[in-house]
Amino acid sequence: MATATGVFHTTYRKDLALRHTRAEYVRLGLLAAVLVWVPFNLNPYWLGYANLILLAAIAAVGLNILTGYTGLISLATAGFLGVGAYTAANLTVYYHWPMPLAVLSATVLAAAIGAFFGLPALRLKGLYLAISTFAAQEILSDRFRDWKWLTRGHGTIVTSYPTLGGHHFKSKFEWYWILLVITGLVVFAAINLFRTGLGRSFIAIRDQDIAAEVMGVPVGRYKVLAFSIACGLAGFAGALQAFYPDGQTVTWENYEIAKSFIFVAMIIVGGLGSISGAVYGAMFLTWVPAYITRIGQTLQKSSFHFLIEKLSAVQLALFGFVLVVFLLVEPRGLARLWQRVKEYFRIWPFRY
Amino acid sequence: MTRFLTLTVNGLANGAILALTALGFVLIYKATEVINFAQGQFLVVGAFMVYTANQTWGLPWPLAVAVGIASGVLLGIAIERLILRRMIGESALSVVMVTIGLASALSGVTLGVWGAGGRQGPSFIPSGSVHLVGDVSVGANRIWAVGVATVVLVAVGLFFRYSRHGVAMRAVADDQQAAMVQGISVNRIFAMAWALAGAAGAIGGVLLASIAGSYGLEMESFAIFVFPVVILGGLDSVLGTVVGGVVVGLLVEYSKSYLTVSWSVILPFAALVAILLVKPYGLFGQVRIERV
Repeated sequence: MATATGVFHTTYRKDLALRHTRAEYVRLGLLAAVLVWVPFNLNPYWLGYANLILLAAIAAVGLNILTGYTGLISLATAGFLGVGAYTAANLTVYYHWPMPLAVLSATVLAAAIGAFFGLPALRLKGLYLAISTFAAQEILSDRFRDWKWLTRGHGTIVTSYPTLGGHHFKSKFEWYWILLVITGLVVFAAINLFRTGLGRSFIAIRDQDIAAEVMGVPVGRYKVLAFSIACGLAGFAGALQAFYPDGQTVTWENYEIAKSFIFVAMIIVGGLGSISGAVYGAMFLTWVPAYITRIGQTLQKSSFHFLIEKLSAVQLALFGFVLVVFLLVEPRGLARLWQRVKEYFRIWPFRY
Repeated sequence: MTRFLTLTVNGLANGAILALTALGFVLIYKATEVINFAQGQFLVVGAFMVYTANQTWGLPWPLAVAVGIASGVLLGIAIERLILRRMIGESALSVVMVTIGLASALSGVTLGVWGAGGRQGPSFIPSGSVHLVGDVSVGANRIWAVGVATVVLVAVGLFFRYSRHGVAMRAVADDQQAAMVQGISVNRIFAMAWALAGAAGAIGGVLLASIAGSYGLEMESFAIFVFPVVILGGLDSVLGTVVGGVVVGLLVEYSKSYLTVSWSVILPFAALVAILLVKPYGLFGQVRIERV
């Protein structure tokens, strides 16, 4: 089926398949093997980061649906992580709801608030919209700081482990499997979304919203819908993170604008308008700060220990430089880089 | 009444500094269509350079301020030449992300070089207090801040109206290709916009530090109010920055005093969203007509 000149389908079934060639199935198998291999062979320190990547990927996929596919910029992801986390933590700790129900309600609430802050998108475009979501982020993070009733005056909420039939899920190993399934489902749903009419309409809005309107796409409604999908997924990730065993504390410092920037960086570094790109980006931007922290820890023991007091400064600067250099080298992200590598081998030994 | 007048003067002073910061922002957006998230860092770097020149190198203050402005200009040109010029033609979001990365890198460097704590620094404008009507007196430094900012803003306005380079900048903002055909070097205009933004940032930073009496990283958080300012005025309007700056400056001061500190953060941003819903291009921004 895969020939030197391209891939040709002879049945509708094959045309609709997510994967077409044997190489793609082999790659999927390899990926599955790696994902199963990971939890058995990473030490808890790095396994924790693997879990954080899975959590971040949920929100990043949502943001890429909004920004990469629908063309609407959001700088408020962290705010909606916070909405999810505060809602789920409040419902379980103070109202004793079961965790799954709390997470679900948190997702719905985040989606609803997201739709509200998406309303300016009815009139705004591009960078003006970016600034209005920046305002949403500032308003949300200010509320987290200032509303004492959110935490009953404690400043933070400490959640308990999720339980199922008397079993407490508190090891990173168990969480890895739970998160892997959830993130896998989210990624799968997102990929399939763009094979439906709704997903195609999102892409039409991104490419030319006036033309999309003329063709009968309800642009306003779909823009708000895209916002609520992205914010709902962010709220979902935030709600899950509230129960994650490493910390289990909901505090406003985690939902500041800097975090939102990291999520935008994820989808740009990964590749706008690519679901797998969002996952690559989540990996890149979770590992890089982790490595920078790691470097700092080794510095402590080395002869450069005088740098330690400057550690936070070095981390901040290094993070910025990595981001800038990466975008200078490949402004279209890791997904594009991967495409170029594939292209190179496909037509090798020719240049084009 | 006393309180109201004091607040008004303080708000005007803050508004004037905000207008200066927003001016840099608008200059860059107008000429290059880049939203510069590193504008707050220009404030900090400029102010700290002045501090270093004055305190560490022992230069007299006019020279120190000149050093600060010069470093702002150099920083702006370096950023444009080394980074932003390579990003021409890339998606707006990638460019925004680059400036966010730059902001992170710059604040990391300033944090590393000058440390986190605010430093008591020299004030270059008379502090004392000025007697207004009745028994009302306000800080003289506020009045001076308004004065300096007004002079700079008027100078920039005149520059755009009468100077050869100013007219060239307006031409590039209007239509890059047409400007190129007229023999204007668009690259040079871009560099000039960044240089002016750096200079405006440095002046704003020094004024802000002089009013607060301390040089510190908290200036970065002051600069987030630049967003409500530019939205109020429109992203591409120099006059708008003045109006936006004054409105936001007053709004922040009044709400801080009559309501709570938290309101002073919320109100400007809530106003921003409300204005965008009614006038999507700000009060003075250029309305773009889109065609398919």
